[in-house]
Formats: sequence, structure tokens, C-alpha cells
Amino acid sequence: MTRAGFVIANLFRKRTRTILTLLSVLLAFVLFGLLQSVNSIFSAGESFVGATRLMTQARVSFTQPLPVSIVPKLEAVPGVARVAHSMWFGGIWQENTPLFVFAVDPLRQRDVYPEFVMPEAQWQSFAHTRTGIIVGKLLADQYGWKIGQKIPVSSNIYPQKNGSKAWAFDVVGIFDGKDEAWRKQTNQAFIQADYFDEANQFGTKGRANFFIIKLANGKQAESVSKTIDAMFENSPDETKTQTEKDFNLGFVKQIGDIGLIVHWILFAVFFTLLLVVGNTMAQSVRERIPELAVLKTLGFSDGAVLGFVLAEAFALCLCGGLIGLAIASLLGAMVAKGSGGQFQLELDGRIWAIGVLAIIVMSLAVGLLPALRARRLRIVDALAGR
Amino acid sequence: MAESMVAVNNVTKVYQRGKQQVEVLHGLTLEIPRGDFVALMGPSGSGKTTLLNLIGGLDQPTSGEILVGGSRIDQLGSSQLAHWRAHNVGFVFQFYNLMPVLSAESNVELPLLLTKLSAAQRKKNAAVALEVVGLADRAKHKPRELSGGQEQRVAIARALVSDPQLLVCDEPTGDLDRATADEILGLLQVLNREHGKTIVMVTHDPKAAEFARRILHLEKGRLLEQAA
Amino acid sequence: MLRQVFAITRIGIESIPQRWAPSLVIVIGLAGVVGVFTALLAMTAGFVSTLKATGRNDAAIIMRGGSDTELNSALTREQSDVIEQQPGITPGADGKPQASAELVVIAELIRRDDVKNGANITVRGVEPTAFALRPTFHIVAGRNFTPGLRELIVGRGVVRQFQGADVGKTIRMRGSDWTVVGEFETGDSHESELWADVNVARTTFGRSGSSSVLVALDGPDGLSKLKAGIGAEPRLTVDALREQEYFSGQTKQFREQIGFLATLVTVIMGLGAIFAALNSMYAAVAARGKEIATLRAIGFGGLPVLASVMVEALLLALAGGVLGAVIAYLLFNNLSVSTLGQNFTQVVFNFKVTPALVLQGLIIALVIGMIGGFLPALRAARLPVTTSLREQ
Repeated sequence: MTRAGFVIANLFRKRTRTILTLLSVLLAFVLFGLLQSVNSIFSAGESFVGATRLMTQARVSFTQPLPVSIVPKLEAVPGVARVAHSMWFGGIWQENTPLFVFAVDPLRQRDVYPEFVMPEAQWQSFAHTRTGIIVGKLLADQYGWKIGQKIPVSSNIYPQKNGSKAWAFDVVGIFDGKDEAWRKQTNQAFIQADYFDEANQFGTKGRANFFIIKLANGKQAESVSKTIDAMFENSPDETKTQTEKDFNLGFVKQIGDIGLIVHWILFAVFFTLLLVVGNTMAQSVRERIPELAVLKTLGFSDGAVLGFVLAEAFALCLCGGLIGLAIASLLGAMVAKGSGGQFQLELDGRIWAIGVLAIIVMSLAVGLLPALRARRLRIVDALAGR
Repeated sequence: MAESMVAVNNVTKVYQRGKQQVEVLHGLTLEIPRGDFVALMGPSGSGKTTLLNLIGGLDQPTSGEILVGGSRIDQLGSSQLAHWRAHNVGFVFQFYNLMPVLSAESNVELPLLLTKLSAAQRKKNAAVALEVVGLADRAKHKPRELSGGQEQRVAIARALVSDPQLLVCDEPTGDLDRATADEILGLLQVLNREHGKTIVMVTHDPKAAEFARRILHLEKGRLLEQAA
Repeated sequence: MLRQVFAITRIGIESIPQRWAPSLVIVIGLAGVVGVFTALLAMTAGFVSTLKATGRNDAAIIMRGGSDTELNSALTREQSDVIEQQPGITPGADGKPQASAELVVIAELIRRDDVKNGANITVRGVEPTAFALRPTFHIVAGRNFTPGLRELIVGRGVVRQFQGADVGKTIRMRGSDWTVVGEFETGDSHESELWADVNVARTTFGRSGSSSVLVALDGPDGLSKLKAGIGAEPRLTVDALREQEYFSGQTKQFREQIGFLATLVTVIMGLGAIFAALNSMYAAVAARGKEIATLRAIGFGGLPVLASVMVEALLLALAGGVLGAVIAYLLFNNLSVSTLGQNFTQVVFNFKVTPALVLQGLIIALVIGMIGGFLPALRAARLPVTTSLREQ
């Protein structure tokens, strides 16, 4: 028997009560983990992007494509190694599953994204097959696509010349990511920009929503962006150039203050949880006043008794909290897998760290008052039942 | 003359009851030599429990001195008193006051958490204490699985395990039937005669008091003449 | 039997103040669940109703074939002229068809609450006929724009959410300065837009033609006549749909996403609330143990005891639900926010705490109360009388 053993034994005084409280804590932390990872999606984008790439788009909105003819002008800017262009296809798989599909120049795409790993032969195949499509490993695994297969992909924006929005492409390559972070980015697919221009009814030929600028050296990011934007200022093709990270953030911020919503929900949840667990702790201490008094008679100091109560609160919150976070991790991974990488709900180290901090703060919040009460109690009065 | 275990000098204790001040002990003086077994008797409200609490270091007098084992315990701060209690006195209560969530041996081991003994040593000492009270075979049982008498034995083992010189007992047989009560009191006598423990016991039962060496009577916070 | 239930319930309820802490836990726990649920769905309801309110049933919007949003659509001058000549369109007072060819482009404004990031706004170039086609339109500040000049009128929602769009301010778009001369309201998603003269917009943004044509339909069969006409016209590959249908369709993605989030959060919180309620009701039953046992010993049946505990749980849950709904209403009703709409531009809308929503929340509260109260109620009814009388 140890002090820790004593604390744990006391937790199981009223087993049902402890288990119900534990479950409440657990659920609160499941929600915490999931919502924080949703929040992460909306504020991350920094973990994998290197500062060696910039994104150029039309200044006002990327929904206004710019002419591909600006590519030579972009490549002429000192510090620029290579430029690729990309058009959002608005891909749909089967009924209504969105797919990240872009119309690109195959070899330029290969050059600006060395983080995508695919045999050179497949890149060449992509460059030479007009109806070719290369798909990321996440998508290929999710939907069971193989090289040589013809897959039907619709567009929710662009109809073919025959008026139908149903397109079909031949899978000529499957690309992987160079590491864990880039593997998460293989939830995309690419088709040929030339074929797209030729086959789509809308006649948006020779245009692109995004231009990806590969820098010769990362330190020149700021000067290159400024040069590019200055080049097109006051022209009909005004540009906005920013790092990939800022690009991702800016886009997401337009959806709204997701962070705020998440925080409000979590605030409500934890406030309620505080009450539930706090009440349990308070009840538990109240019932045990005589026992706590006896501990003092045995020679445990006031501080030691306070310590026992706090330890109990901490054990409860730690157990429920850790299991809750683990379940959130599991659920998040399931969602990530099930959505083919669409929703990368994963609990990274940062979320766990914040979670543990929340556990500690919660333990103090629910345990402090009962612990102080335990510390304060006078042996004689407590034993006499006063 | 045997040296003094407990010396109470002119002790007064005043309690605050709501708006009123109640004086429970009035300038009490007494002495308990080492190895004595004293029974404190008196009607309810006589202050006997209060006196017991003061001797055991559970409370402080309003004025006067209390020396136990030569130390002035009336001058100790709260945490010093706690530390003193851990090493110098063992308590036995009327309602046993065992931890319901712990087994008998864990209950006995509890005070040893305050020492620097290793886990193995703690377990050993607890086992020894349980042997002394004759409950080695019930070591793993929880209090609710024990009878009243058995619970009290465990409580006594707990009081003994740190090897204190003084045992303080508040109505230790108050909740037991005659036969069991006699067994417990017999055990206390053994602890006193064979192990040299000084015992101060509060009781309202004259038959229990007979097991002691001396009986002191209190009334309205004052000591009456001492009977042998 | 009912009388027994009433009697026991009353005793129970009167003793709630002694058990105020665990009872408060149920109330606050359920207030939390219902509050969050109501707030999330009020957001959806607000967004949907803003868009649903947009568009008339007797007006149609025509866009390029296959476009699902005005942004993706482009019509030439010739095409919009041909469209306006089609059957099914009501003539205006001047005999000309009530139609407005409109150009949708995107501009950028800075939000009031987030100065670092700009957000995209829809700019709609309109013809003079546009105003008559939208009967809910009226100017609330300043005046309408003068055709031919670089003047803007801004929707009420824009002024609320974004900086630099008040009457008198200047907005720079495409290298030229536009003056805000008025503020308008329409009671729908158009309040998130900036309106200007379509011709001036064309020249400034280097466009010819328009994004869509809005027409007033002539009678109940106006749409079918219109569709027949454009179907037969070889120069046109366009789609026509009711204006209201178009805007309602824009809400689908938002509804689905928020709906999913709201369901997930509510289910998890609901489970948590159930556990909290169970905890509290077990505590309540334990606290009333002696009292219940005494009643049983006197002769009250097990069923009335069970019912009374359930009633207590339901009442506490209901109190919590009402509290949550009230808080959600006070904090969130008519709160103005904006989010990304289908055009990748901002749509401004208000949270709407509707009576239907409140009812849903209360039902959830009652369900949780019922589940949380049942097992403890069962235990209370089944407790052996003698044990409870002896218990401390």
C-alpha cells in the first residue's frame, strides 16, 4: 500500500458515482480532442509547406483565373526557379463526394512539387496521355484505383463540349508523398490542362486559378512576391502573391471564425463538466469528513490531507481525460481514413499537450475547494460530528 | 517514582459556541506516570473527552501547560503537532474509524506512510501489529467484513504500529457487547503490563474502568479526588 | 394511484433545495447541451432563411448551361438580348420585358473584426430594371447610384460586417475609385452585396456581357413557356430556374456541414449530460433513501415512487432546457455573422432562434432527463425497505 494506492482506493468508494463522473470527463475530452483537431485543420497548413514555394492568384479572388501566358513573365523574375499553373476542376466522385482535382501542366507540376514521389515513367505517361489522370496514394487506396483503369470523374463546374458534366480519365500514375506530412497531401488528383482546355464547353482556355512559383532559394520569398505583384499592378491581371502557408490560412479565414465557434462550444462543455466533477468531489469530501479527521489524528498534516484530495481529483480527471483524448484520436483517424483524406482529423502532439494542460487545470478547479475544506477541518469538531 | 509520561498543569479550555464562550476545563492539573493505565470517568459534559483530546495533541488548551514525554505540546504549531502525534501517540475511538476502502493490513499500515520505512518494512511492521492483537488471519479483510470487536482490534493494531509510548482511548468499548468488550479491555491490559504502554482511557462504564490501574473522576471541568 | 404520485412527487420536489447542488448539476448540464445545440442550429436556420428569403417564386434566373452559380456563368450581349425576347416574361409598364442582365464580379473588403485578412464580396452590376424586379428593395440611407457614374450602393449586411463601406466612403476596385452613395436593404442575401451600374462595371472590370439574366415570369406557366422558348433557340445553351430555387440550392453544403457538426457535438454532449444526470439522480435517490423507505413502509407502492423520481428528473431537465434556450436566445438571436457562400464571397446572415428550434431543444432535454432518471427511479422503487431505513 502506498499513498497513491490509498488515493485510488478512495476513488472507488462509490463505484457507480466514480464511473459516471469518469465517463463525463471522458466525453468532454473526446469533444475537446475532435473540436481542437477541426480547429487545427483550419489554422494549420504550416506543418508541411516549405518556404520554397509561393502561390500567385488574381488579386481579388482566385475564382478569377489569370492567363497562362504570364508564366514566362513570372519565370523571368530573378529568384524564380520554375512556375507551374493549376486550374480547379471541381471534381465529384460518384454522386456527391468532392474530389480535389486540378488541371495542370504535367511536367511543370513534377518540377515544382518534388515532394510528390512518382516514377519518372509515370510522369512521362501523364505528359503524353491527353485523357490521363494521376492520383494520390490516399485516393488510390481509398477507392481502389489502379494504373490502366478508366475512372469516371464529374465536374460540378465544367461541362464537356457535349453538355454533360460527366468526364472520364485514364489512370496513368499514382503518386506518394516523401514523408508522413506529404503523404497526407496525396488526397489530390491531376489532369492535363491542355486536354481540359480543349474539352470543356466554357472556353476558359489558357487560364489558371493558381500559379505555383518554385523559388531558387527560400530567402528571396518576400522580394520575389513583391516583384511579381508590382509587375502586374494596375493591369487587368492584378496579382496577389503569398507563401503557400498564408494562402491556406487566408482561404480558411473566409469561412469564418471557426476557432471562435469551437471555443464557445468547448467553454460551455467544460463549464458544465466543472460543475459535474466539482459536485462529485465536494460530495465525496463531505462524506468523508470523519475519515479525513482520523488521518489528521494519525499524524498526517493539514497539507498532506489537502494533497490527498487534490490527488484524487487529479487521478479522476487524468484517467477520464487521457482515455477521452485517446478515443478522439481513434475517431479522428477513422474519419480521416473514411473520407479519403478529405478531413485530416488528427490529434497531434500539440493538441495532446493542450489536453493535458486542460486536465491539470480542471483537476485544480474541481479539487481545490474541497481540498481546502479538508485542510481546514478541525479534528475535534469533525470527530464530534459538528 | 516512575517518571512522568503526561503532566497537565493548570489547564483551562474555553470553547466558542456561537456567541457564547463556554469554559469546559477549569485550571486542571494532573500527572500520569510512565506505564500507568488511567480511566477518566464523569457525566456527559464533564470535559473528559476534551481532556483526552488535549492529552493526545488533537487540540490546544486555552491556557496552561501540557507535557507529554517531556515535551511541551501546548506550544507546538499545527503541523508540528501532527508530526508529534505520528510518533508519540496512538488513538482508539469508540466507532473504530477505520478506512472502509482499505483492508485490515492496509489500515494498520496507514500511519507508517508517515515514516521513511520501505514498503516491505511497512508491510512487516503492520503484520507484527496484527499479530499482537491476534488478527493475523484477517489481514486481507475489509472493515465491513469484520465484527465490531475485530474492527476495534484492527484499530488498536493501527494505534500501535508506530510504537508510540502513549495510547489514548475514547470509549473504546462503547459500541461492543459485554464479552467482546472484556476481550478488548484485556488486550489493553496486556499492552500496558507486558509492552509498557501508558494508556489513558475515557469511559462511562464502571466495569470497563476496573480494567485500569487508576480511575480519575471529572465533573464540570474539574478533577475530583483521586481513587485507587 | 395518480394521487400517490402527486403526493410523493411534492415531497420530493420540496426537498430539492436541500439537495440543491446535484440538482443544479442537472439543470446546468442540460442548459449547456440545449444551449449549444440551439446556437449551432440557429446559425444554420439563419443562413438558410436568409438565402431562402432571397428570390421570388415568380421570377426566374437564367444562366449559362451547366453553371450552378452565377460566378461560373457568362452570357454574351447577344445571348442576353435573345433571352429577353423569349416567351413567358411579363412586360413592364413601358411594354418592354421585365428583365435585368446582371454581371457578378468579386471585390475585396476588410472585415470589421479581423483587420488582417480581406474577404471577398459580390459586386453586382445591375440594369435600372433590377429594382422593380426586387420588390423588397429600398434605400435606407443616402441615395441610389447614378447610372454612368462610378457609384455604389451597399447592402445593410455589408455595412454591418465590413469596414470602409459606409455611405460617403470610397472603395478601390480594379484600379479605380468608387464612391458609396447609399445603403439598401432587401431582407435577403442581396444585403451582402455591392450594387453598381452594369455598364460601368463592365468597362471597369474589362467584361462584356453578363453573368445572368433575371426576369419576371408571366403567370403560373411562365417558366414552362420560357424553358420551351430557350430550348428551341439554337443560339442559347442556358438554364432557367426559379429565382428562389436557385438561392435555396446555395444553402445545401452549409446546411450539411453545420448539420453534421451540430449533430456530432449534441450527441456527445447529450451523452455527457445523461451521465451527469444519472449521477445526480442516483445521489438524489440516495439522499432521499430513508424518506422513500418510510413512504414505502407506510404503504405507498413502488410504481408511484418510480414515477415521482422520474417526474423530478424531467422537471429538472426541463428547467435546464428552458435555461439553455433562453441563454441561447439572449446571446445569439440576431447575432450578425458572415461566412463563405457559393460564389466564394461572403454572405452575411443572422442567427435565428426559432420557436421550432426551442421546441427541439426542450424535447432533447426531456429525453435526456428521462434516460437519466429511469435507472435511479428503478433503484428507488426496488430498494428493500429495511435496508433503506437502516442506512445512514
